[in-house]
Amino acid sequence: MALQVFHRTRILRSRIHSSWMTFALVFSLLLPVILGIGLYLKSASLLQEYSIWEILFSSKWKPLSGQFGMLPFIISSLWVTMIALLVAGPVCLLSAIHLTQYAKPIVLRIMHPVIDILAGIPSVIYGVWGVLVIVPFTADVIGPIFHKSITGYSILSGGIVLAVMIIPFILNILIEVFRTIPEELTEVTLSLGATRWMVVKHVLIKKAFPGIVSAFSLGLSRAFGETIAVLMVVGNVTHIPTGALQPGYPLPALIANNYGEMLSVPMYDSALMLAAFVLLVIVIMFNIVSRWMIHRLEKNI
Amino acid sequence: MSEHVKISVEDLNLYIGKQHILKDINTRIPENQITVILGPSGCGKTTLLKSMNRLTDLYSNVKVDGKILIDNEDILHTDTDITTIRKRMGLLSQRPYPLPMNIFNNVAYGLRISGRKNKAVLRKRVQHYLELVNLWEEVKDRLHDPASSLSIGQQQRLCLARGLSVDPDIILADEPTSALDPISSEVIERKFVDLKSQYTVVVVTHSLQQAKRIADYAIFMYLGEIIEQGPAADFFSNPTEELTRSYIKGLFN
Repeated sequence: MALQVFHRTRILRSRIHSSWMTFALVFSLLLPVILGIGLYLKSASLLQEYSIWEILFSSKWKPLSGQFGMLPFIISSLWVTMIALLVAGPVCLLSAIHLTQYAKPIVLRIMHPVIDILAGIPSVIYGVWGVLVIVPFTADVIGPIFHKSITGYSILSGGIVLAVMIIPFILNILIEVFRTIPEELTEVTLSLGATRWMVVKHVLIKKAFPGIVSAFSLGLSRAFGETIAVLMVVGNVTHIPTGALQPGYPLPALIANNYGEMLSVPMYDSALMLAAFVLLVIVIMFNIVSRWMIHRLEKNI
Repeated sequence: MSEHVKISVEDLNLYIGKQHILKDINTRIPENQITVILGPSGCGKTTLLKSMNRLTDLYSNVKVDGKILIDNEDILHTDTDITTIRKRMGLLSQRPYPLPMNIFNNVAYGLRISGRKNKAVLRKRVQHYLELVNLWEEVKDRLHDPASSLSIGQQQRLCLARGLSVDPDIILADEPTSALDPISSEVIERKFVDLKSQYTVVVVTHSLQQAKRIADYAIFMYLGEIIEQGPAADFFSNPTEELTRSYIKGLFN
């Protein structure tokens, strides 16, 4: 009898615990959906007045006269992210290859904590560093190269600061990607008379390609949403930038700079919510595209 | 038997860090025969095999003393470029590791990097080597599919074709059938027997049965040392060492 009761409580406990876990899972699955719906509802009042295309493809942002064109912010975001990825991508790829294929194991053991520290530095510190180092660098060194006199607060500065910030994330994944490639693949390729460089170029990079894509797309998503450090160096001027040396005004900076202010202006908060929604949708789209690419690539290896 | 020595290992000692992995290895591997290296796991047989084409260079903290002579050239102390030495040996590993390319390019890769780029020549050579490993009929209509779409047994044959494509004179195989089903294993084994007239084959294996089936010369290793070696017939019927005898009887693995 006692034994039966014991048995029953055991089953009951097991059920309780597994329902907890299900609850936690459902919660984390629903989170992005709730977030998206919330943002959409908040921006609904703006969407009743204007069509979404009008907002997305207009370059006139004049909240006081009721114009909410978001194109300058979207373009700025794309510029900054692209530059960040252009700078961080090659750096990460080459370092990951060096660390996993050429360097002594001790170097990798030292690098791991260094990367973790880099990843853990608060973004405002990167922002301050950007203001103190990168902005003057852009103004005094890069500007004169192109015969331009600029303040340095520019898309380029934002991109460089962002690149430094996403390097640890991309690098971490790339190191794992290259480490999981079996060593035998290197051995057999060497046995065919290949040099180390040929192994890297013809075999390892190919084998790692889906992983490289996913590492870069994670970096891309992070870069796209990064706010503080970018808004400190990017200039925050509302116009459609046509070059990297011009200032820009990315979406996250727009939201962070203006939310909570001027909310008496009609539709203003709704417009900012829509900006947040657009940001979310773009990041999700990045993710979907990269998943699809990875899937395609994995089939062909 | 005509005994021309292809690979001669003299007083080879190999350390990884402070671990003494190979201890005073001396052996002479005969040309155009199948030499089987037997022994329990961790006895150093794979390391010995890999030191023969200096893949041990990849290990960190490795220290090697002694000589490995291939056709009387000491490959451990030589001015010859290591890639040239490696090209003389085809490597077949425990599991098939096809290159991340299509079937055709897996075989053509070795040819391309050694400078043969003429398309017609490549096609002919690729077909030749795929036929040599009995794979051509199975893959001739899907040469541009990724190599990973083949079955494991087919992949291992593809890897053998790839190894042969650079025209080596030695085949080094590291437990080449341990991941394969019995039928694919048999195909590989038979291939080795066919190939030995043109190649010197060195096979590391766990499987005693396999060793008995294919070996012309057998080496038994235990804890980094060669315990016993000799022509297969004597080795299996009349081992002199106690350890060898109990291993052959299957008393330990």
